Amino acid sequence: MKILVTLKRVVDYNVRVRVKNDGSGVETDGVKMSINPFDEIALEEAIRIKERGEADEIVVVSIGPDASQQQLRTGLAMGADRAILLETDQWVQPLTAAQALLNVVEAETPDLVLMGKQAIDDDCSQTGQMLSALWGRPQATFASKIVFNDRRAEVTREVDAGLETIAVELPAVMTVDLRLNEPRFVKLPEIMKAKKKPLDSKPLAELGLSADQDFEMVAFEPPPQRGGGKTVESVAELVDELKTRGLL
Amino acid sequence: MAKVLIIAEHDGRSLSPATAKTVQGAHGLAADVIDVVVFGDALDAIAQDAAKLAGVTCVRVVEDASLAPALASRLAPEVVALSEGYTHILAPSTTFGRDLLPRVAGLLGCNQVSDVMEVVDARTFKRPIYAGNAIVTVRVPDAISPVLATVRTASFAAAAASGSAKVEAASAQAQDPGHTEYVGAEGSSGEGPDLSSATVVVSGGRAMGSSENFELIGSLAKKLGAAVGASRAAVDAGYVPNELQVGQTGKIIAPDLYIAVGISGAIQHLTGIKDAGTIVAINKDPDAPIFEVADLGLVGDLFELLPELESAL
Repeated sequence: MKILVTLKRVVDYNVRVRVKNDGSGVETDGVKMSINPFDEIALEEAIRIKERGEADEIVVVSIGPDASQQQLRTGLAMGADRAILLETDQWVQPLTAAQALLNVVEAETPDLVLMGKQAIDDDCSQTGQMLSALWGRPQATFASKIVFNDRRAEVTREVDAGLETIAVELPAVMTVDLRLNEPRFVKLPEIMKAKKKPLDSKPLAELGLSADQDFEMVAFEPPPQRGGGKTVESVAELVDELKTRGLL
Repeated sequence: MAKVLIIAEHDGRSLSPATAKTVQGAHGLAADVIDVVVFGDALDAIAQDAAKLAGVTCVRVVEDASLAPALASRLAPEVVALSEGYTHILAPSTTFGRDLLPRVAGLLGCNQVSDVMEVVDARTFKRPIYAGNAIVTVRVPDAISPVLATVRTASFAAAAASGSAKVEAASAQAQDPGHTEYVGAEGSSGEGPDLSSATVVVSGGRAMGSSENFELIGSLAKKLGAAVGASRAAVDAGYVPNELQVGQTGKIIAPDLYIAVGISGAIQHLTGIKDAGTIVAINKDPDAPIFEVADLGLVGDLFELLPELESAL
């Protein structure tokens, strides 16, 4: 089985992002960048599948600026076999990302595409579902458990009501949720070894995709702040306050 | 001249409250028509509930055994088949809508607005990004039709049950792609009100220390008739199942009263509760970020304060 894993370069999970003063975007200069945490879980899963002997090749793919090579190298150090970068400095919207990934899928013919359930920058949670629609293949979103049985996979999904299990035929697209696994730490020798693994980079523009479905980002603003609260000194005072506000 | 189609969410027995909130969101579009489509099997009661939602023009009922339980790959082509003539297609931003609508978008070859928190006009919407650290105003260009959007249910009240829309049967038009099969579901414990729509929620964080200690949260919630929630840290630590997670990667909720116990208040958690009416924080660290957003803060040891609070109620 061949697995394709997407790795998006995003502002690190621990950074508190700020909106630029002129409202034209968010401040990303000099900010720590990382692999989208959900994509990291997707890659960890692919590596575990390969370690169990159920896959023989893992290809990681990113769409983004040249600096995304850092995240791809980290992915190679974790255990991917080779990497593909579709390089662009534009902010890529989900449909374009899905179309670009379809292009890679058609060239690579993977049995499985593993992706994060959402990127923690635009929080869209669309690209995996769009890719599976464009590809005409099954989707299994928000996966917390994946079990293979020949050309079929049973996927347990994290849904609002609890857990749901569906079975999909391969090839398929799966987007992963937090509890699927805990990604490994990368050790230094692996980082050195990863430098020798193949990384192909080409401009996204070469695919000739149109951006005519793109939305316009009109303005960015900080979220509304909640007003300052009040400190109470005791449980009794808390209960009184809640009663005064009609909440008890 | 907006003509809106809303995809109803239900569990086979009743209409999800998320649907009524999505209808409320659609009111901001100044629509001439708001139709609701219900897919599934044996839908009479669900269709009647949808028909009562204020502002709904028509409930279109598509009954077919192959449409239940809902699978995105089965439903998406049905939505596309019905989409003709609509300017907007909306779904709630729940795991149901977030699974389905981007697949519809893929089939239609268009982008989708995720998590609409405010409708500015029929083509302009506000939505949170970066875990709610920023709000972006997105405009869908005039050339793009239909406009697809998922509605952040915590941002809208439920539409009143004061209407009486007509109900029309429609037949399934698309083929079952046959590559996806429903196997089964495992519900949450089922005790107490549903977290997504509860008016009172009590949540615990990592400071609870164990799943046994988390019972203190359950016990207080029971006394208050509240739903139980948790921070991601408490879920990661294995104290409670993931469906109780509140925050960026869990549920976004808007109860009238939210009581956060032993939760430090990471931005990813706060983004899930910022529409709550009153936030109460109980934490032993007076510098915890949760106190910056809390309306009422109580500093102290939760293991002493929780039993005290429960007996004071």
